[in-house]
Amino acid sequence: MDLIAEIISHRFDALDVLENVSFTVGAGEVVAIVGPSGCGKSTLLSILGGLLQPSAGQALLRGTPPPGSLNPLTFVFQDFALLPWASVADNVAFPLLHTPLSAQQRAVAVDDALRRTGLLDFRSAFPKQLSGGMRQRVGIARALVVRPAILLMDEPLSALDSQTRELLMEDFVDLLADGAMGAVYVTHNLEEAVRLADRIVVLSRRPGRIRKVVTVPATRRARGDAGMRAQLLDLQNELWALIRTEAIDAEREVQHA
Amino acid sequence: MLERTPADGHRIGAEADTKPVRFRGAGFTPAASRWAGLLALISVLGLWQLIGSLALINPLFLPTPLGILRALYRLAESGALWQHVSASLLRILSGWALGTATGIVVGFAIGLWRIARSIGITFVSALFPIPKIAVLPLLILWLGIGEQPKIATIALGVFFSTTISVYSGVDAVPRNLIRMAQSFDVPFPTIVRKVIWPGALPSILAGFRITASVALMLVVSAEMIGAETGIGTFVLQAGNLMQTDQLMAGILMLSLFGLAVGKLISLLEARLLHWR
Repeated sequence: MDLIAEIISHRFDALDVLENVSFTVGAGEVVAIVGPSGCGKSTLLSILGGLLQPSAGQALLRGTPPPGSLNPLTFVFQDFALLPWASVADNVAFPLLHTPLSAQQRAVAVDDALRRTGLLDFRSAFPKQLSGGMRQRVGIARALVVRPAILLMDEPLSALDSQTRELLMEDFVDLLADGAMGAVYVTHNLEEAVRLADRIVVLSRRPGRIRKVVTVPATRRARGDAGMRAQLLDLQNELWALIRTEAIDAEREVQHA
Repeated sequence: MLERTPADGHRIGAEADTKPVRFRGAGFTPAASRWAGLLALISVLGLWQLIGSLALINPLFLPTPLGILRALYRLAESGALWQHVSASLLRILSGWALGTATGIVVGFAIGLWRIARSIGITFVSALFPIPKIAVLPLLILWLGIGEQPKIATIALGVFFSTTISVYSGVDAVPRNLIRMAQSFDVPFPTIVRKVIWPGALPSILAGFRITASVALMLVVSAEMIGAETGIGTFVLQAGNLMQTDQLMAGILMLSLFGLAVGKLISLLEARLLHWR
């Protein structure tokens, strides 16, 4: 199943946020969206996921969702968006409540998602009892339980400390390794983008336009090789060179706002 | 360079040119002590009793705590206490339930729908500040002499506070949780039941605390204006007859009722909001 951004533009009142953004996320492909602060990355993701209506253009799905998929486009949120009054298991089961699955099927699906994210022992815990990393694991388990075709990840690691980020990044690499799921990964962290994405869409400063689409060489697994690291670092530097000036301007704009 | 305490155990703090860093982080973390509160209450009651026993104040103006308890016992023994308390309780419960039920419905409507919000907030803002007891004569005119106007007065008072606490609670539900539910195509009624209701519950329960007090104040006021039984009537009659010990016994009953309701709501909060 492909996700297509077709000439998407958006404005909030008098503020132009996005302008003529078009790209396609192929089946099983991971596309990262990077750009300076305020360039409309998260807005674009909300539009792609159907949570925001664009001022112009549209988001399209092409093809049929994989068998058993209950929610082809599924978000993983930056702030986890967990129900604080529900246990880990209930949070993961939440998207299944309105589905035609029986209680037993739901329990099996929840157990499977908890197992894949290493949360089986925490099923009865409440979000406030968990660390940030574990909370995001719950968010990931909740996304996996509906068997998505494409994950829409809005800076899923930005609220976490560097060690937890590294651990979860390894998990993301594993989850996306078999190509069964695609992803749109919004981040301001270029290292994450280079490590996870097949292609990187670089947006300009507001209004966000596509400045460049970069294809990341080598498979995700091969990117851990020592020989590839230098090449990936060069790519990261190239991306930073593209963004740096606008990032400085964006920062000054925020400070003056 | 990091320096460590010398291995020979010599303490740097003992040297002449050093002094400890002054602790500046004290205070601003008040923690209530259960025993201090109880002790203070017992002390005040003891002092009050002592003043009364030494006849320093005429008991007509300030009966002693023991005198009040004796009056309460006599009232209970005669059956008058239960007669008044049950009449007030019935009015409070009926009025509170009516006001709360309608307040929750209207509060949710204001919190969820644009038209209800536009119209509802205007009316709530206009009518909420009116002292509800001032409406009692009008309600008597409309509903006749009997229980209905008193219950309606309480219901009105409870309704507005409940409506405000409910729609404030709905407004306070984090929008990211609602967006999350929408991103899974969760239907509207399920979002209301599973996200908005539990999210608004802290505010709703806080509202219960306020409306219980409102109901108590209004029942006393309404009974003072026109009733044959009830704690309000009893307190007024006792005051007219200068039976201050009985008057204080009535006030004590009101205080105990308020305490009991507060405790009940605390239990509800502990049970329903354990996740906080």
